[in-house]
Amino acid sequence: MRHLTRRAALALGAGSAAITLVGWNGGAFATPQAAADDIAKFTGGATPEKGKISIELPEIAENGNTVPLSFAVDAPMTGTDYVSDVLVVAEGNPNPGVATFHFTPLSGKAEAATRIRLATTQNIVVVAKTSGGKFYTGQKLVKVTIGGCGG
Amino acid sequence: MAETPKIRVPKTAKKGEIVEIKTLLPHIMESGQRKDKDGKTIPRKIINKFAAEFNGKPVFSANIEPAVAANPYLQFSAKVEESGTFKFSWTDDDGSVTTAEEKITVS
Repeated sequence: MRHLTRRAALALGAGSAAITLVGWNGGAFATPQAAADDIAKFTGGATPEKGKISIELPEIAENGNTVPLSFAVDAPMTGTDYVSDVLVVAEGNPNPGVATFHFTPLSGKAEAATRIRLATTQNIVVVAKTSGGKFYTGQKLVKVTIGGCGG
Repeated sequence: MAETPKIRVPKTAKKGEIVEIKTLLPHIMESGQRKDKDGKTIPRKIINKFAAEFNGKPVFSANIEPAVAANPYLQFSAKVEESGTFKFSWTDDDGSVTTAEEKITVS
């Protein structure tokens, strides 16, 4: 652990960031099952259909402390047919939840971008709910260089 | 404690245009997973909710978890049919709320 602290501190040039990594490495990690449980809660048990979602994430994230994430759901975003909610979960973080985004027809597009923390190499799963009660899903694998021992 | 958010909203737009909005609030987003040098867990303190409305109507909001990086950045869109004011709010775990406003002229 001390070895990682020093190395991460050098690589990042930020002591606080290194503490974060060590803290996460020492903690219990979520599992794909925990992420699936979060998704089931979001969909009320319905199985989301694959498609309609494009996700942008780096294939390799050198710094797991801030990884750019953006997604777009293909939807008309009219008053009667729009994406209302989007759930983002990370299968390999201490807790699977990342964020839940809420859209309205005034959003214009069911798109958003943010920056997330990834403890280790893992799948990011995005699930969208439409105003008609349908669910769609997509996922992307991110390799995290610093954030997992020897990853 | 309350930091000043950084916000980018176009000053003008055409009626019906979908504009892009970028926001960032300087905040540590303490995850609750870290330990201090004595091995004690540093308590969680994050922004857990962001909301944007335009002329009083909800446009976009997000419930966010500790897995969102420090200085939470959010980019989203809004369809504007009339001139007006965007209101933004960030809710902290301690209950405090940071707010900001931006005007847009729609022609």
